[in-house]
Amino acid sequence: MTKPLPQPGGGRFVRLAETARPALHLLIDGAPASALEGDTLLVALLMHGRRVRSSEFGDGTRAGFCLMGACQDCWVWDETGRRLRACSTAVTEGMAVRTTPPASLWPVTPEVAARERGEVPR
Amino acid sequence: MTDATQQRSDVLIIGGGLMGTTTALFLRRHHGLSVTLLERELIGRQASGTNFGNVRRQGRDLSQIPLANRARAVWGRVNELLGEDLEFAPLGHLRVCYTEAQAARLEQHVRDVQPLGLDLQMFSADALRKRWGIFSDTVVAGSLSPVDGHANPRLAGPAFGRAAQRAGAHIHEHSEVAHIERVGADFVAHTVDGRQYRAGQLLVTTGAWSARFAQAFGEAVPLEARGPQMGVTEPLAYAIGPSIGVSTPIEEEGLYFRQITRGNIVFGGGLKGPAFADAIRAYVKPDNTLRQLRELRRFVPAFANVQLIRVWSGIEGYTADWAPVMGPSARVPGLHYAFGFNGEGFAISPGVGEVMAELIATGSTSTPIDAFAIGRFATAVQDQPITT
Amino acid sequence: MTPRRVVVVGAGPAGVRAAQALVEAGVRPVVIDEGRRDGGQIYRRQPEGFTRTHAMLYGSEAAKAQALHSDFDALRAQIDYRSETLAWNVTPGQLHTLHAPSGETATLDFDALVVCAGATDRLMPVPGWNRAGCYSLGAAQIALKAQACAIGSRVVFMGSGPLLYLVAAQYVKAGARVEAVLDTSSAVPTPAALRGLLNRPRLLLRGLALKASLRLAGVTLLNAVVPLRIEGTADAGVSSVVIRDSAGAERRFGCDAVGMGWHLRAETQLADLARCEFDFEPLSRQWLPRIDDCGRSSTAGVYLAGDGARILGADGAEAAGRLAALAALHDMKHERGRAMFAAEHAGLRRTLATMNGFREGLAQAFPWPHAHAAALPNDAVVCRCEAVTAGELRRSVRELGSQELNRAKAFSRVGMGRCQGRYCGHAAAEIVAATASIPVEKIGRLRSQAPVKPLMMSAQEHD
Repeated sequence: MTKPLPQPGGGRFVRLAETARPALHLLIDGAPASALEGDTLLVALLMHGRRVRSSEFGDGTRAGFCLMGACQDCWVWDETGRRLRACSTAVTEGMAVRTTPPASLWPVTPEVAARERGEVPR
Repeated sequence: MTDATQQRSDVLIIGGGLMGTTTALFLRRHHGLSVTLLERELIGRQASGTNFGNVRRQGRDLSQIPLANRARAVWGRVNELLGEDLEFAPLGHLRVCYTEAQAARLEQHVRDVQPLGLDLQMFSADALRKRWGIFSDTVVAGSLSPVDGHANPRLAGPAFGRAAQRAGAHIHEHSEVAHIERVGADFVAHTVDGRQYRAGQLLVTTGAWSARFAQAFGEAVPLEARGPQMGVTEPLAYAIGPSIGVSTPIEEEGLYFRQITRGNIVFGGGLKGPAFADAIRAYVKPDNTLRQLRELRRFVPAFANVQLIRVWSGIEGYTADWAPVMGPSARVPGLHYAFGFNGEGFAISPGVGEVMAELIATGSTSTPIDAFAIGRFATAVQDQPITT
Repeated sequence: MTPRRVVVVGAGPAGVRAAQALVEAGVRPVVIDEGRRDGGQIYRRQPEGFTRTHAMLYGSEAAKAQALHSDFDALRAQIDYRSETLAWNVTPGQLHTLHAPSGETATLDFDALVVCAGATDRLMPVPGWNRAGCYSLGAAQIALKAQACAIGSRVVFMGSGPLLYLVAAQYVKAGARVEAVLDTSSAVPTPAALRGLLNRPRLLLRGLALKASLRLAGVTLLNAVVPLRIEGTADAGVSSVVIRDSAGAERRFGCDAVGMGWHLRAETQLADLARCEFDFEPLSRQWLPRIDDCGRSSTAGVYLAGDGARILGADGAEAAGRLAALAALHDMKHERGRAMFAAEHAGLRRTLATMNGFREGLAQAFPWPHAHAAALPNDAVVCRCEAVTAGELRRSVRELGSQELNRAKAFSRVGMGRCQGRYCGHAAAEIVAATASIPVEKIGRLRSQAPVKPLMMSAQEHD
């Protein structure tokens, strides 16, 4: 049985039991992270750091809420842009997830870019 | 607060959607006539509030372009006009297509509308993808109207209603009209709960429910209720400015979408769903939704990674010849109509309001609307006499 | 003999017992489960490879949980079990599903649909509840039960209801640090509440024992608190909870996680889409689908059981699931099912009546603090999904004339986010009602719109 990698100190959740499970390795926003077999992606994210995503509406970071697939507050992405609901997704070896949307999915169109530069059309 | 005695206005409007509320506003602002508007439930709640929100001129029948131009001028100053933000985003309206035959039709349309004051730009497949990198290889061409766009239909009707009210119009919600009678030269509307409203002129803007009122005045109109199939996604990073749609003769392919600044993408199009005007219910069919998702992915593959969070329908009135009913009655002086906009009334509604106000107040309008006259449906068989 | 097509939605206590009754009668139901494993929420199964025993996970309910899990395992061969499958819509006689991992959709024709969709926590917004580190009580329990984690290193629990004490005690027992348990209800139940609670004396005693164990562990327990705010920063999340105690003093508890909940709210979206009638229940101040005492809804062929129809807890759900399935068989004139219904329905209905008496006691002992919603400051976020504030909701009434909840939603966007009104809907109703000076039962309810949960737009049509 492989020993799990030392847990970085920056996590939010705290493991209380069941720590003798095989380690898994994944990438979170490009950085290597570890989890234990049977962890949900949400738990892996909150062992690695203190947030799952950021609110689209400016009120800050989010770290899940209901853990039962009802609040829809824990959706993240894999590197191809595929959506993953962290609380109901099992960690698999080698998965690569992003907590911000991959930029290439919806390239900013010139009209929006112009508006953001302050060129408001009538 | 109304009481049992009759109230008399210059103009009585029945139907509190965008056609009714815009007319009420302009009757007050431009012509100073007194106006009462009766809405069965809540202002702007039916087709006016459930439609896609396109503010577009290209793709319309040429007979509607002058009206659409007039409406576009109002949209350009609508926030100041109403003192509220209707989220009008004039960031373009883009139509794309899948076949060279359709591209040729788009090009013909560019030529057709140019003399009518609408300047469109054609894009080849390469140019499309260079400028808007979201399209799949299936898209072969596109046509852009650079200063058209979209606005928020949930907010528009109520905002026009409030503005009309501030301008002195009497707006009554929860006021279902049971019947309308002529008393001398006046019209008297009776609500189901016994109130009466009297006016010298009457405008019927009751959308999909208008045939009953027209019929009562001896003017039958073939009008059918259909349900738009609408959906909205989760919020995404704000990236897409124009309202975008597929131009195609195949109904189920005709999807369109627009992104709002909060990031959600609203979409609609394809086959219509069942709408029951009498029951005031309309439904989204699950197979329509799934087909829409397929057709959206077809021209914008990135939709595969987006979540749909809500669908809705509404009740729109469709005429047999795809042209609206707009203008004076062919039989009754002082009676006017504006309904049956075939699911594309939102964009032209401020123009309809200006035109109907002008017509009612002065007897004529500078914008050509003869093609929309209700008289075109009159048949040799006499309709029922005007009810008393 | 025509095969009866029966579909059960949900594989928690109600769904499992419904499926079991159907199999006993000789019917092979389809069982739709959004989860990866059966068990629902309260009896949620830990992943394979975890070693804790049922006793460790479910405490006093271990035997029931074990029985439910074993019984379902035994049923597998006789049912069409579809896990990781969302029932996203229902139309007359048809259920529409999506198997999430593959994107494949299906349309299931049914003669009877037994909806056992369960419940979520019921939340009252508190200023700052949108910060990272805020969780529902159920979430705190799932973190422990299904992942052997605590939601933080210093946890405050806040809300009311038996789950508040249960989760706090489970955390203490598992070695987590619990700073405080803050109950908005009074410490002493009213006589009426007590009468209701005495319907299930074992449960009442268990609740008292939980409180005692928390006190013994040195956890601060407060009653009759008013939550004021959850403090922290946008970046780092929660840092403390501030309440007003029963003496009127403000008190602050440092923490890095808050578990909040005020009992449960039924998941009624499928019932709404199935055009079931709803009635307002004054006791719990929420709209619930109308059912008869066997679980028949107002829509022919649609049966509702478990916490998704009436919050009776797991034991009630088991009885209700079985009864609803038997009623469906009876109504379909299924011979064996009719015999089972005749033999059992009186007893099952008596059981449910007892549980309902307890439920009424719970609602009175741990009331939903509806007045807190009306008292929220204008800058308090009500809709977490889109950060819509109480002030914007009030504006939709005062300036834009909303006198009804769906109208207020159309103008303010409350309820338009990904959670589709699950967590904001009840508080929004209270705020709109208070602002419009209309009783909450007259303000309407948020109408469900498909999909029942967000649908990936990669979902494929089926033949």
